[in-house]
Amino acid sequence: MTGQPSHISPGTPATGGFRAFADLVTELGTTTKTNDKLDALVNFFSHADDRDRVWVIAIFSGRRPRRVVNSTLLATWCTELNGLPFWLFEESYHTVGDLAETIALLLPNTAGDEGSGHALHHYIGKLKTLEKESEETRKAFVLDSWREMNEAERFVFNKLITGGFRIGVSQKLMVNALAKTVKVEPSVIAHRIGGNWDPSTIRFDELLSEEATGTDWSKPYPFYLAHAIEDDIEKLGEPAGWQVEWKWDGIRGQIIKRNGELFVWSRGEELMTEKFPEYHSLCDLLPDGLAMDGEIIPSIDGKPLPFALLQTRIGRKNVTKKQLQEAPIAFFAYDLLEYEGIDWRTRPLSERRAQLEKILATYQHPTLLLSPVVAVDSWNELAELRQQSREAGAEGFMIKKKDSPYGVGRKRGDWWKWKIDPLTIDAVMIYAQKGAGRRSNLYTDYTFAVRDGDKLISFTKAYSGLTDKEFAQVDAFVKRNSIEKFGPVRTVKPELVFEIAFEGIAASNRHKSGVALRFPRMLRWRHDKTVDEINTLDDLKKMLEMYGK
Amino acid sequence: MALIDFTENGMYCRAGDFYIDPWRPVDRAVITHGHSDHARWGSKAYLCHIHTKPILEIRLGPGQYDTVDWGVPVYMNGVRISLHPAGHIIGSAQVRIEHEGEVWVVSGDYKTENDGISGAFEPVRCHTFISECTFGLPLYKWKPQEDIYDDIRNWIRSNQSAGKTSVLFAYSLGKAQRILRPVADVCPTILTHGAVYNVHTALERAGWDLPAVQRVMPDTPKDLLKGNVVIAPSSAEGSPWMKKFAPYATGICSGWMQVRGNRRRRNADAGFALSDHADWQGLLDAVKATGAERVYATHGFQAAFSRYLTEIGLDGREVKTEFGGEEEEQPTPGVPDLDEETA
Repeated sequence: MTGQPSHISPGTPATGGFRAFADLVTELGTTTKTNDKLDALVNFFSHADDRDRVWVIAIFSGRRPRRVVNSTLLATWCTELNGLPFWLFEESYHTVGDLAETIALLLPNTAGDEGSGHALHHYIGKLKTLEKESEETRKAFVLDSWREMNEAERFVFNKLITGGFRIGVSQKLMVNALAKTVKVEPSVIAHRIGGNWDPSTIRFDELLSEEATGTDWSKPYPFYLAHAIEDDIEKLGEPAGWQVEWKWDGIRGQIIKRNGELFVWSRGEELMTEKFPEYHSLCDLLPDGLAMDGEIIPSIDGKPLPFALLQTRIGRKNVTKKQLQEAPIAFFAYDLLEYEGIDWRTRPLSERRAQLEKILATYQHPTLLLSPVVAVDSWNELAELRQQSREAGAEGFMIKKKDSPYGVGRKRGDWWKWKIDPLTIDAVMIYAQKGAGRRSNLYTDYTFAVRDGDKLISFTKAYSGLTDKEFAQVDAFVKRNSIEKFGPVRTVKPELVFEIAFEGIAASNRHKSGVALRFPRMLRWRHDKTVDEINTLDDLKKMLEMYGK
Repeated sequence: MALIDFTENGMYCRAGDFYIDPWRPVDRAVITHGHSDHARWGSKAYLCHIHTKPILEIRLGPGQYDTVDWGVPVYMNGVRISLHPAGHIIGSAQVRIEHEGEVWVVSGDYKTENDGISGAFEPVRCHTFISECTFGLPLYKWKPQEDIYDDIRNWIRSNQSAGKTSVLFAYSLGKAQRILRPVADVCPTILTHGAVYNVHTALERAGWDLPAVQRVMPDTPKDLLKGNVVIAPSSAEGSPWMKKFAPYATGICSGWMQVRGNRRRRNADAGFALSDHADWQGLLDAVKATGAERVYATHGFQAAFSRYLTEIGLDGREVKTEFGGEEEEQPTPGVPDLDEETA
């Protein structure tokens, strides 16, 4: 043991056990360069204990042990140890923005930097046995663990209990690190770790060796991406040369059927097959050697549903019946990439589209839909139709050249997206709260109000859209102009005016204003406007009337 | 009897007719230390510690700067004023005010750990203590400075073995000087940004014996940078000025680095929670050592700190001030940043 934290000496060989894992998390959280993160992961996967490696893959891909202690208990035990009042714990938490870290910072000093000496799987094994134990036993285990750990370990241990390892490691990065470690194609790894396996029984080699992985039938094609139209649409020339489709607001994806298996990939090249049971019966239906590009989107009776519903489905391993009913997932197919095992990408779009239509006519399935082509005689007509995108559940159009191949990456000229402008409203900031994660201790979460006579009515929160510099300025304003304090929330002198952009509006009886916005964000800070010049509640209600029904 | 009123110009002693660290121009200003949120431009006469004068001269230009040594009384309208080490940066002082048997102390910024160049914080008995609380939450718990220096040196060594220049961001007045000795242990040549260099040379002229530094110039050879350390204010972060150091790693020295989210926000390669302010325990120790019954908590986590003081039996009160309470340079609106102009 060197006794030095790893974040200050990247690349040193990891010491064993839980500390190696804690050091890995620390380094991943500190390093800003993807290559350094990759090296840290490769280093870990090359040296760590076999069972620990499997558990790290499991944890970073969202398979954490069941939660055995709730946040309030953890916080209470922490204050019992440090003798501080609970409100002070809460104040600290609102500043840190992360429960696991708050506890790690507030616990009495550690015995040293050495660490516990136990392995990651030791703690996970214990946590699993605690599921059936009394609160006293759980408490004894947590307190003993804190006592024997160093600060980095305490943080990671708390994270293990509270869940949510959002530490800047994407699935893709981990897959690449594993690929580099075991020298197997990334898509094969992604497929393997996306499947069903039990981290408490499987060995690292069983999961990832070349023999275990075999031929890669899952491999998706790189997605072809469109550019946004910034210029005059007329410059595209005759509309007849173009295929226009609605631009859906779901997740871009590929459905692949090969060798008797079905694979669903997201544009982030994350394998999502297990997430959407709706697709599973496609496996029996579709022919082998087929790859389609399209949109993963919730839909009932062929009508797209809001993205918010899709969000309830992402990031969940187990889907409830209720979710399946309220947010059933469909696939709106719009391109054909492989058919009968042959790569079709170099053929013109018109040919691919015709074949796609034939395939969907042959293999009919309630969740497999054809994304319709929008008939267009003139760009003017299309521009008018574009105003109705929201009614169609779309966010504008995709405009694709009929004779274009399916390219790689983002190539200018053949594929365009023509998105609708967001709805906007001018509002004044009235409350502020500190953010979490990299916005820790900075007022970045704001509540906005519109005018109603001489009153201000809050109607939305927004957290994004400003530059770091602007956030710093607003933060300074909040610190100097806060009026009252309600727990973590400050009421602020109503002075700063922002243009709030949003994608949709719906009636809501949960909000005082009677409306709920979709994707609200700060479009710009209106330094030129005073609080007297903001929009009114009536303006909001008019928008609800127009777009919210 | 209130010896200090909190006015829109800043902390005002009516009996003595002077301000302490006023944020607008006044006739008579007593200055705790040279940071720009405490020492502001435009007052007619300043009173400060002898070590602070050269700093005010480079930051505010020529003016009337009266100086006094530690503990030596100065009288204004019969009010007895004396300065006592605050341990924050070179020359930083607490201001003790005594009038008709009543004693108040204004802490300015302070830290309780002795850094070897800023003077050892001296607890001063008083009835009322006006304390900063920049880091007034228990999550701010500093490691001993020697441990942090070890971390910094290890980081520099690891950069050296990777063939990288180490760029350390530190407040150009205070922390930049504080880290010179630990850095000099592992690095033959220390280079600095112009802002750091200007402060450095002013302090040398005033007789301070500091490890030698070189200013980074357009013609500084690349070989000299390799494996060495560059000390710069955080305003240089991400600027084109950094280009010539590539390959480099960046490290930030600031108490805010205690929290992961702040480290991540800053996108630096390393964060060292090295502060020139007292941590939670340091604040509590300082407050208790004054024996004060009443404590005004200013700039920082005033609400939490004053509430806690009340719960432990003191009369804790919250005061809003215009001090930044930051550990890094913040441009002051309307005031030209003299450091950056020459950078």
